Amino acid sequence: MIRLEPAGAEALLLVLAEQPDALLPQRIALLTERIRGELGPFLTDLVPGWTSLLLHYDLCRTDHLQLAERLKPLLERWIDEPSSKLAGRLHEIPICYSGEDLPEVARLCRLSVTQVIELHAAGDYQVGAIGFAPGFAYLGELHPRLALPRRATPRLAVPAGSLAIAERQTAIYPHSSPGGWHLLGRCPWPLFDVARVPPCPLALGDRVRFRVIDERSFVAEGGQL
Amino acid sequence: MKGLRVLKPGPLSLLQDGGRRGWQHLGVSPSGPLDMHAAAWANRLLHNPWGTPLLEVALGDVELQAELDTWVAVCGAAMPLTVDDEPQPPWSRLPLRAGQRLKLGFARSGQRAYLAVAGGFLVAPVLGSISTQQREGLGGLRGEGAPLQAGDLLPCGSGSFVFKASVPWPYLPDYGCKPLLRVITGGDAAHFEEDQLQGFFAQHWRLSPQSDRMGARLLGEALQAPARQWSLGVGRGAIQVPPDGQPIILQADHQTMGGYPLLGWLHPLDQSRLAQCPAYHELRFTPVSVSDTQAELREFYQFFGR
Repeated sequence: MIRLEPAGAEALLLVLAEQPDALLPQRIALLTERIRGELGPFLTDLVPGWTSLLLHYDLCRTDHLQLAERLKPLLERWIDEPSSKLAGRLHEIPICYSGEDLPEVARLCRLSVTQVIELHAAGDYQVGAIGFAPGFAYLGELHPRLALPRRATPRLAVPAGSLAIAERQTAIYPHSSPGGWHLLGRCPWPLFDVARVPPCPLALGDRVRFRVIDERSFVAEGGQL
Repeated sequence: MKGLRVLKPGPLSLLQDGGRRGWQHLGVSPSGPLDMHAAAWANRLLHNPWGTPLLEVALGDVELQAELDTWVAVCGAAMPLTVDDEPQPPWSRLPLRAGQRLKLGFARSGQRAYLAVAGGFLVAPVLGSISTQQREGLGGLRGEGAPLQAGDLLPCGSGSFVFKASVPWPYLPDYGCKPLLRVITGGDAAHFEEDQLQGFFAQHWRLSPQSDRMGARLLGEALQAPARQWSLGVGRGAIQVPPDGQPIILQADHQTMGGYPLLGWLHPLDQSRLAQCPAYHELRFTPVSVSDTQAELREFYQFFGR
């Protein structure tokens, strides 16, 4: 059952599911694009969440009641849509597994460092949400053997490109920022660049695999040690 | 290009426009002026369209020297304003000739003043906006999110008006009073215990000194919030209640997603009032309906030509 609720005077929240599931990110991505296509001129921002979609609208052109009316047929079509034909784009991202926290993660998970790297790199991940910082993509689901709570004390500065894990998620910090996740490695590629269109290569529902590279390839691919 | 040379940047002076719209799905904060009311008046006095790039000056202590003849307008916090040491009226437009020095002293009432220039500051946008976002390193004079620095040249054009003009006095806010801020209840409000919601509206809160452009933090008797939820898109004015029970009201530089329970949203026009409150200022809240808020806001946008 989809719920539509005003989120203040200039936004409408669509609650699309009670719990996230593996197919939901792609389905929300599809719905977002469809709404953008049909109602774009009324909207200033469309922000997907784990189970929801927030529509920031232009109050000079519409309001939540009018939008809800226009959304009805779109949502009805979306609910009945089979989800099997959906598949996000696949990205293969190089990672140099040399993170500061590798030994500690291995100890806490009762694994060897090599096993941690193998388990992490073997995963087939999906972008479940983008937020926290520009281009910061939450990737799930991490292997249960690697699930750890966030660090008790967050770092004040995590280097740009850091690959990190927390709970059942993994992510790459596009820019240097404070961060409480465990650092496993570094990606040599910029993951948020305003000079590119779009600035972020990853989109909601896309799939991600990691390719293990050594320090030489890291530098060769543009990474800075 | 000519413009206004920064002799003294002040503690935090930021170029802002109508905000960075359309990138929140990639985690980019909208940013924009904290007090859209004062910013809108500053631009209106100069016949600039809504959202024309202007300068947000926090606390004051700014000195600029004109390199061309133009007109400026200063609205918002009461900061003693002089041109070549000659006192000037607040909430007004005035001519500034090449070589003249404009000074803004420390704020006596309110926190942020808006200095607009005829035609606006001519700065290259990043992702469609020149708004300075320090945390994300976006916008501003060089595009990397830095606040004003001594020596900066703020490029602008020249303008000319026949008369000086001021904002009519009935429109001038009193930043000294203790504001009663209006809140649209919603979000997870239904999941709060009834006495917790009543407690929010009955209490006299204080504004925490930890507040910044990202969020205004309240100090008071802790509220008991319901459980965290799946992170969802959040907007400006959203009132989050984190586990410590001290609400946070999201401001212009807010994050795009959040997982804390939401109690409601601050009326957009009262966000302007909140932006002018100093640390430890007393705040109270009262409920307002969505439709009343929208009607008032629409009128405001129409008046300022948004």
